Amino acid sequence: MLNKSFEVVNQDYHNMGKVSSQIKKMLLQIGFDAKILRRIAVASYEAEINMVIHAYGGNILMNVDDEGLITLTFHDLGPGIPDLEKAMTPGWSTADEKARNLGFGAGMGLVNIKRVSDTFDIKTSPAGTILTLTFKGY
Amino acid sequence: MKVQDLKKISAFNFINLADEKKDVSGVFIGDLLSWVMANGDEGQIWITVQAHLNVVAVSLLKEFSCLLICDGAQCDEDFVLKCQQEEVNLIQTSLNAYECAKALAGLGL
Repeated sequence: MLNKSFEVVNQDYHNMGKVSSQIKKMLLQIGFDAKILRRIAVASYEAEINMVIHAYGGNILMNVDDEGLITLTFHDLGPGIPDLEKAMTPGWSTADEKARNLGFGAGMGLVNIKRVSDTFDIKTSPAGTILTLTFKGY
Repeated sequence: MKVQDLKKISAFNFINLADEKKDVSGVFIGDLLSWVMANGDEGQIWITVQAHLNVVAVSLLKEFSCLLICDGAQCDEDFVLKCQQEEVNLIQTSLNAYECAKALAGLGL
């Protein structure tokens, strides 16, 4: 039904959230309910800022199938998450001072993403992290 | 309550009034963006000292009714411009978060 790819640029603090806004607008135009869009917005925003702050940027793929299943795949360019268990612990963060001064680094990113997604799959290596989320749109 | 009703609080400086008819559902106070993303709700006034472009993105994604920058934190030109472009209601005040909350509670929130 719909396939779209978005680029996320490493350390581009000025445009963080831009892709998530585009995703939300596109899904709104398709006619998805506001409630599901708010969940998707939380997940995509958190994943997008992770790509900018912690990874080296990458791509976000959005797929919407005929059954209304929305799949978001966040594919960053590394350096991977050394300890996934810690990264999934509320409050644990490796954000630097610059990011913390801007209000990032609460250590809630992945926790929030998992909470609002219908399915959550993460694969990480030094070559990059692939986070795949699905949402039942209807 | 509508955003326009906040004009009754004299310490609030309206920097950008994009949609004063917007409904206000409540108040959220917080400076950690992930915390705000996780716990904020549509229609709330968001009170924060953070005044930068990412705050505008969060405000839009969460569909807040208004951004309230407290504690005299400065709103620079880029930030104000972004609020204007994205039609985000923006208020700035020298009141701290507690004083803002008290004033808003006084209006019935």
